[in-house]
This record gives sequence, C-alpha cells and structure tokens, in this order.
Amino acid sequence: MNNRLYGKLIFELSKEGRVGYSLPGNFFGEYDIPASMRRAEDAKLPECDELTVVRHYTNLSNNNFGVDTGFYPLGSCTMKYNPKINEEMASLPQFQNLHPEQPADTTEGARTLVSKLERSLCELTGLAHFTFKPYAGAHGELTGLMTIDNYHRSRGDMARKKVIVPDSAHGTNPASAAVCGLEIIEVKSLADGTVDYDDLKRIVEEQGSEIAAMMMTNPNTLGLFETRIPEIAALIHDCGGLMYYDGANLNPMLGVCRPGDMGFDVMHINLHKTFSTPHGGGGPGAGPVGVREGLQEFFPVVSPYNGNFGVMMRAYAYILSLGSEYVKEVGPLATLNANYIKESLKDVYELPIEGLCCHEFVFDGLKDKSTGVTTMDVAKRLLDYGYHAPTIYFPLLFHESLMIEPTENESKETLDEFIAVMRQIAEEAKTNPDEVKSAPHNTPIGRVDDVLAAKHPIVTYQQMLNDQD
Amino acid sequence: MYKYFPHTEDDLQVMMERVGVKNLDELYAQIPESIRFRGDYQIPSALTEEGVRQMFATLGSQNKQLTCFAGYGVYDHTTPSVIPSLLQRSEFLTSYTPYQAEISQGTLHYIFEYQSMMAEMTGLDISNASMYDGTTAAAEAMMMAVAAGKKVNKVLVSGGLNPKTREVLDTYALHQGIELVTIPLKDGVTDLAALTSQLSTLDGVAGVMVQQPNVYGIVEDFTGFAEACHEKKALFIMSSVIADLAVLKTPGEWGADIAVGDGQSLGIPMQFGGPYVGYMCCTEKLIRKMPGRIVGMTKDNRDQRAFVLTLQAREQHIRRQKATSNICSNQSLMALWVTVYLSLMGKQGVKEAAQLSYAGAHYLCDELLKTGRFHLIYDQPFFNEFYVKYDGDVDALYQRFIDAGFLGGVKFDGGILFAVTEKRNKVEIDNLVKIAAL
Repeated sequence: MNNRLYGKLIFELSKEGRVGYSLPGNFFGEYDIPASMRRAEDAKLPECDELTVVRHYTNLSNNNFGVDTGFYPLGSCTMKYNPKINEEMASLPQFQNLHPEQPADTTEGARTLVSKLERSLCELTGLAHFTFKPYAGAHGELTGLMTIDNYHRSRGDMARKKVIVPDSAHGTNPASAAVCGLEIIEVKSLADGTVDYDDLKRIVEEQGSEIAAMMMTNPNTLGLFETRIPEIAALIHDCGGLMYYDGANLNPMLGVCRPGDMGFDVMHINLHKTFSTPHGGGGPGAGPVGVREGLQEFFPVVSPYNGNFGVMMRAYAYILSLGSEYVKEVGPLATLNANYIKESLKDVYELPIEGLCCHEFVFDGLKDKSTGVTTMDVAKRLLDYGYHAPTIYFPLLFHESLMIEPTENESKETLDEFIAVMRQIAEEAKTNPDEVKSAPHNTPIGRVDDVLAAKHPIVTYQQMLNDQD
Repeated sequence: MYKYFPHTEDDLQVMMERVGVKNLDELYAQIPESIRFRGDYQIPSALTEEGVRQMFATLGSQNKQLTCFAGYGVYDHTTPSVIPSLLQRSEFLTSYTPYQAEISQGTLHYIFEYQSMMAEMTGLDISNASMYDGTTAAAEAMMMAVAAGKKVNKVLVSGGLNPKTREVLDTYALHQGIELVTIPLKDGVTDLAALTSQLSTLDGVAGVMVQQPNVYGIVEDFTGFAEACHEKKALFIMSSVIADLAVLKTPGEWGADIAVGDGQSLGIPMQFGGPYVGYMCCTEKLIRKMPGRIVGMTKDNRDQRAFVLTLQAREQHIRRQKATSNICSNQSLMALWVTVYLSLMGKQGVKEAAQLSYAGAHYLCDELLKTGRFHLIYDQPFFNEFYVKYDGDVDALYQRFIDAGFLGGVKFDGGILFAVTEKRNKVEIDNLVKIAAL
C-alpha cells in the first residue's frame, strides 16, 4: 500500500515552523556562535512533525521487498534469514553507548566478544587470525590484497604485482586489485565452468615471479566446486604467490570444507551473507579478513576502530545460536535446496552445465529461445508473483544468466511454489509472451527509464526543482 | 529439528530422491576427501534464545557505562526513538542493494532524500549514496582527485586532520603509489603560506585536504585556500563534522570541490566504532568521477516518478578493474538513519542542537579554566570540542573521571580533547568540573 500523500518526497511534506524533535533550553549563558563562522543560508531541510516522518518512511518501506517479505533467490548474495534475536542483542545499550576511544579496562565485554568471534571464525575457516577492520566484502578483498602486497614488500619481493582471477569472478575482485595498485591476469574457464588448469599453468610458467596472488571463490560463481584446488594452490605456492579466498560463497562450505584446508592463505568473510546479518538495502555489512599464522603482522589499517562492530555482534549471536551442532548443517541444506530447484526446472530452463552444484547454480535463460522472452523478462515477471528476482546477467560467461541461490532456510513448500511459478512463466512465454515482456504489472512502479536517468542525472531534490524551472 | 531449518525427514527424502543422492554427504562427492572437514568444529554448543541473552548480558555487564565527554571524530548525540524503530522495518532491514527498481522504491527513494540532504548540508551540488565511514570516504576522495587530474600523484594533507583519518589515507596511498605531503599547522591551524609555497614548488599535486573543525576542535578560516588550489589545478577537499555544518560555513562556501566526512554525528550511536556512514559530495562536473552508488530520478513506463541506480558505468560490476572504486556494499541502512534524523530535526533542530553543543562546550571550557588547573593549548575559535593542557598528572585525572562515571575526553600528545554535545546537561558538566578541580 502506498499512500499518495505520505509517499511523496519528505521535502514535499514540509511546512514551515513544524518540528519533529525536542531539545532542552540553553542553560549555559550567552555563548552564541559568531557570525564570522556561520553559513550564509540554512540548509534547506524539511520541517515535519513526528507522525508525518513515521508515516512517510513506513509508506516507503511498503515499496520494498525483503527476506521477511518473501523468497529472495538472489544468486551470490546469500539472502538467508536474519534472526530477530541478533537484532535484539545488537541494540543492547551496554554496547551501543561505548565510545571507541574508551580505555580497554572499561570495554572488556566488547573486547571479549571480538576475540570470541575471532576464535569461532578461525575454527570455521581453518585460518589463524582475523582482522575486523574491513566494513564490507569488497573492503575485505582490498584489505586481504594489501596484506599480501605488504607481505611481498617485506621480503623485498617488489616485482609481485599481478593477481590472477578467473574470468567468472565478481567485478569487485579486479576492482579491489586495481585499488591495491595490482594488475589483473584473467585465467580462462573450461566448458564445465571450472578454472582451466592448463591455462593457469601457462600463466604461472610465463609470469611466476610476478604473481602476488590468485583470487578465487570456491565453489565458484557458477556454484561449482573447483576440485583441482589442491593442485592450483600448490602451483601458486610453488611460484611464490599466495592464495586468496573470496568468502562470498562460503555458505555451502559450512560443515563440509574449510578454506584453510583447501590451501588458502588469506580470505575475507561476508558476515552479511554466511553469518546472517541483514543486508540493509546495501549495507552495512562486514568483511573480516583471516590469514594463516605469520601473515597477521601484515594487516593494513583500513579503518580506525573495530569495523562494523554492530554487525559483528549479530554474527556472534548467530554462531552462538547454531553452535557446533547446527552450523555444520548449513552447507548441506543450502546445497540440497539449490540442487532441488535445479533438477526441478532444467527441462524448461537451459542448464549449461550438468551435475551437482553447491549453494547456487546458473541457467542460461529459457530452454525455448524462440519466444523472444529474455532473462530480464523472466526476472520482472517473477516480481509479479511476489518473488524477488534471481541475479541476472551474471556471471558473464553466458548471455542469459539467471543465477539462483535459495539458502538453507527455505522450506520445501516455498521451493515447490517457486518452481511452479517458474514453470508457469516458461509456459506464459509461449502462450502469452507480451504479458511476460511487459512485466511487472503488479508492482508499485513499472519498468524504469534507465537511459533518461543516466543522460540527464537528477540526483537531488534541489536539482529536481531547478530542472522544473 | 532446528528453528532455522524447515526440513523434515520426509522433505529430505523426497528432495534427495529428486536430486539423485542417497544422503546429504553425496552432494559433495566431487570434493577430494583429503580436504573434506570431518568431525566437529571446536566452537560452543548451540544456545537457546535465553542462553544467547544471558551470554550477551554477561558480556554487557563487563563494559563500563560512562557519561561521554569524548569526541575525536565520534560524538555522543541524542538519538530520537523514531529512528531505531523505523530501521527495524524489515522491508528496509532485510532487503538487498536496490538493483530491482520495481520492488526497491523504498530504498531508492530514501537514498535520493539522503543525497539531497547531504548536498544541502555541505553546500555542494551532488552526493553519492554513502561510503563506509569518514576515513574511507577521505581515502576515496584522495584517489578521486588523483584520477581526475592528469599526471598527478601527490595530495597535500593538513596537519589538522585527525590522525585516525591520516592513518587510513597512508594505507591507501602506499598501495596506490600516491605521495602524501603534510601541510604544517601554525598556531593550531593550517598554514596558508606554507601551503602556497608547497603548491608552487611541488609538481603533480592532485588535491589538498583539510579538516573542519580540525583535530583540536578549532574552526579554521579557509579564506584563500580554494583559490590557491585551483590556481594549480588541484582539487580542494574538505573533511567536516557533518552536524556542525548545520551552522558553520559550508565546504561549498569555502570553494571545496569535494566534501567528505562521517555521518555519525547525526544521531548514530557510538557502538564501539561502527557501523557509521561516510558521506561524499562534489561539484556537478565531477559526478562521473564519483565512487560508489548514485540514485537518480526518472520515470517508469506508466509515466510515474521513479528512482533508480544510475551512472553505473563508473562501478565495479560494469567496469571491473577500470571502475572509479571497488566499493560495492556501502552503509545504506545507516544512510536511512541520518535521513530520518535530519527529517525529524529539520531545518531548525539541527541548528538548535549545534548551538547547544557549542554553548555547552564553551561553558565547560570556561569552568575548567576557572579552576586554574587547565589552559587552552591554542588561542583559536573552537566549536564543540577543545584541547587543553592540565597542570597535574593527566593519567590520574583521567582515571578519577572514569571512577566517577565519566569519559573525560580523549588524551593525546599530553593534552586532553573534551567534546560536548546537546545531550550533556549542566549538572553533568558541573560534576565533571568538580572532579577536575580536586
């Protein structure tokens, strides 16, 4: 439900003189801010009463779709349930009111929490130390690469400035390497979606002395486990490079396999994926970085304090809730759910790579390409049926990628209903393609004009007003 | 059965049959046995919900609750109760980055409002959708300046910058091959004469970064700075405490090209260092150099106003290693925090809160000086934070504060930096002064 009044911009609900706050009077005597310091004009902020503000943002929330709203099979994002107890714990005033500069002996509880979380993550990943400074996954990648760069520099090994990434890698991998001042070498994927070992071998033979690291996810972005990982790690280690594990796909490995045991030296974890902290519409997340013994001295300072401590509290509450008994069921159940959807739909959607997947898999669009219905159309039609769309057009290996990740929290009934809707859309693509191509129809807005937004950017209310004049 | 896993025995059987495996272990048959993890993780056993509560209560009781007179970039402002309540709306909390615009208008709409408010506060044209925090926003601004210039690799940084920010800049600069040069302070403020001479002798200066108020709480006069920068084609970057910009002369008015800082001072709890939110604003002509996400206004196919992520060709998921930054997740929910804060406080409230903070800090300063035990290290105008020297044992004084339940500022370089916000009342200040006078 979107109310026509309260769904406006907050600036359009403003009326001069209204207030939504209460502040004390000035009991300190005459201390006025001198005119020389002051801005010429007030910031044009809205003036609203409290209820108007509450209604406005409540109405906005109604135009959003979250994990609590419905099934969110967004591949590579691990949209698992965000437990409510985690929120309750993170809001405790005994932690919320801590200033980060408080002396250590007044923050013992918070510090104990950090060290206990670190020990748990070490055990779950097979690594020796973690830094919690990185604020997000990409920030973790950068931190990990800086750690690797610092390590090579410390040995006077200044030529190691190249990072190998698979061509299926997420865009942050090469972008993080660039911010770290490193160069990218892409290694090809085989037809089965895994790293081309021979191509990797060629790269290492030609440029081994310049390799700083290889960055991988395992399972990879297609949800496939790289079975040759021990050989790959040996190859990189032998040439003097380090192995970096992108923790984006750690979820299916809980209870199954640890990055440290696979041969990785450095990794980041997206606490907002594997450890159930909410995505918050695009953050805050947290990207703690773990390393093998001896590498911790090379951690860089990428933020001033303890990273997103509030996010770490939620992750710790999750680990305590699952405990050693249930944490090991996470991976297998997530993997079962993904394979169940895949096997139930592969007769109508194009499955480019057969076989077992891990937590996610990729379809290359509809099997029947004659209808002209694209992956974009399928995604938009899913919105009509009350589902969030899968990740689309990623990875770049296929033209019509549709990447589905269900997580361990979804019931068989939820999956069955989703499967039925996906089959119905495949049917509609044949019988009523226009209905699918013009979707969504049941959402607060229809498809948006991206070109207009980019060609003539209006990114503030003031620009909007200027534009109207 | 476990509360987060809905799979019954029957479900498992039917699903495994569909998949073609006899047990869950077979799902991972392709993984070499040599790297399989067998056995149990050495972590504690599962706790009930009450058990989790007790664990956190125990840990919480080991933190000392102090009345905060510390700042140094993190401030104890009042939080209206509306904010945490609205942020727990799970449609905001549990959604992903708003890639599917049709079912993400809630997020996109508030980010547009956030961008509008940040632009108003800083006096600059545009804003992005948020950065991680103030320090990383400063690092992104540094890299943005270098990327925007031609054959440049130096950034001049005022000695008035918080050392915590400087440390993060140093980290990024090392790996980026950027050379940071410190602009010295004179009497506690950035020395314009020194800057001018650095600009004339150094080649390849991409940008100049200053902080307002500076690390000592001093409100600096930046007259002539932007002109000096622009004459040498360097960008002028200002890092500011955003709450203070409600009344202070804005980065826009000082002629800054980029404004960055932390949004924490807009009512975000201190929570031991995060999450906060970084802001970044710039002039319109720099928009395509901007890192991070940007929300724009457009129309949908029903001719309705709509919001969408725009100018994505700058970003990592399109440009990969050629992107303006590697940032992906930012601090969206914390951007909502400051948006609701600014909606409630509004045009008048932000000024009133700033005035109260200013008055409280000046009152505390005067009262401390009256004890005869303190003196201001620099004779400069300050805002809600000031740096004093104590003529006794600073460590002992600091401990006396703590024993009495106060976080009495932040100690560094032999002085103490006190901060006061609108949250502190006169009784608290008078009690602090009594302890200081002992």
